[in-house]
Amino acid sequence: MGYEFDFSFLSEYAPDLWRGVWLTLWMTVVSIVPGFVIGTLCAIGRIYGSTPVRRVATVYVEAIRNTPLVIQVFWLFFGLAVLGARLDAFTAAIIALSINVGAYTAEIMRAGFESIPRGQREAASCLALSGPQRVLYVELPQAVERVYPALVSQFILMMLATSIMSQISAEELTGVAYQIQSFTFRGFEAYLVTAVIYLALVTTLRLTLHGVALAAFPRRRRLGTPL
Amino acid sequence: MLGLTIDQLLFLVRGAGWTLVLSLLGFVGGTILGLPVALARSSKLRALRMVASAYVQLIQGIPLPVIMFVVYFGLSIGGFEVPALVAAGLAMTAYSSAYLGEIWKGCIQSVPKTQWEAAECLALTGTQRFVHVILPQALKIAVPPTVGFLVQIVKNTSYSVVIGFFDLTYSAKVLNNSTYKPFLVFSIAAALYFVICYPLSLLAGRFERKLKRV
Repeated sequence: MGYEFDFSFLSEYAPDLWRGVWLTLWMTVVSIVPGFVIGTLCAIGRIYGSTPVRRVATVYVEAIRNTPLVIQVFWLFFGLAVLGARLDAFTAAIIALSINVGAYTAEIMRAGFESIPRGQREAASCLALSGPQRVLYVELPQAVERVYPALVSQFILMMLATSIMSQISAEELTGVAYQIQSFTFRGFEAYLVTAVIYLALVTTLRLTLHGVALAAFPRRRRLGTPL
Repeated sequence: MLGLTIDQLLFLVRGAGWTLVLSLLGFVGGTILGLPVALARSSKLRALRMVASAYVQLIQGIPLPVIMFVVYFGLSIGGFEVPALVAAGLAMTAYSSAYLGEIWKGCIQSVPKTQWEAAECLALTGTQRFVHVILPQALKIAVPPTVGFLVQIVKNTSYSVVIGFFDLTYSAKVLNNSTYKPFLVFSIAAALYFVICYPLSLLAGRFERKLKRV
């Protein structure tokens, strides 16, 4: 093959890689929260909402789930620029990611709500809880607990998806790798290193979310149900 | 029409054609490689299970754009000058084999254990048991999630934009650069993706409901 591997760029570009890692993580964390809120509201809307609400939520979920994230980001970033509302790349990335993961979360949460036995709802009514109280205090915690593993997988997929944001010049990890590649012409090595970093990030995120679950769902921990 | 010429619209449609070609490559390649992964994941040999599991963890832990780059640059330093389609096809193969392998492993394992035992009582050999008893049942369970995953494949081919493969996303990007009508161009591109993906989503949902009723 006659190709000599050269990872000497690592020391020079380590600070840039670090910055990329932080931006990737930051983007992920900042998008998870609004994404989860949007998704949960959508799921509630699709189950309990009036017909127009249900219809709007369904259109949103299907439109997002059947088009690629890249197109959504381009639409938002370049489209809003033409309208005169220039978003910086980071803001556009976060908005797009939140809207995107919101649609997937909506489907997951809907499954969670639908899996709650009817008796829970009836018991809540017997306790004279109002509709919103019932959803917030009785159904939501149980729904999250049930679908938590699916949510974790979805959030990890979202973290991997942030890698496309370098396309709108948000300098996250993959964007940094691209810069290294274009300065050093060591594309293969740069992306190998990036791949390893992503593997480490995925493991870290998974462990962190597992820790969150251990703290948040004591009942499940007592029952020994795997998370 | 719509502020775009017919030629420009056809340019997008041609891009959609390449998206379909790449999706097909990804699915066929993913099937060829994903089947052994699924079998290895449900194998009796511990070493085989671990190798397959490591492969799945590896692919699922790296973003698809990065896989695309690694394949693209890896091929070029290996001395192969290949078109972007080949690099993107190989990356899609790796990507979908990991996910399909995982899906199909679940299907194989969801066939009740008693079926294995019954087949053994009928004095079938290991291969016969798998091919004639387990596989037909697993296949039936596998149809809905596999069709559902096709949607993911089609959507994720859009990541090949990073290595410059001329698919729908790349065509839309180029067209936007020359016309500067981002809302229009990307809306049409989104609509084209939707036209491909939504029927698949509906089909997956229908298969799933059908399976539940049985």
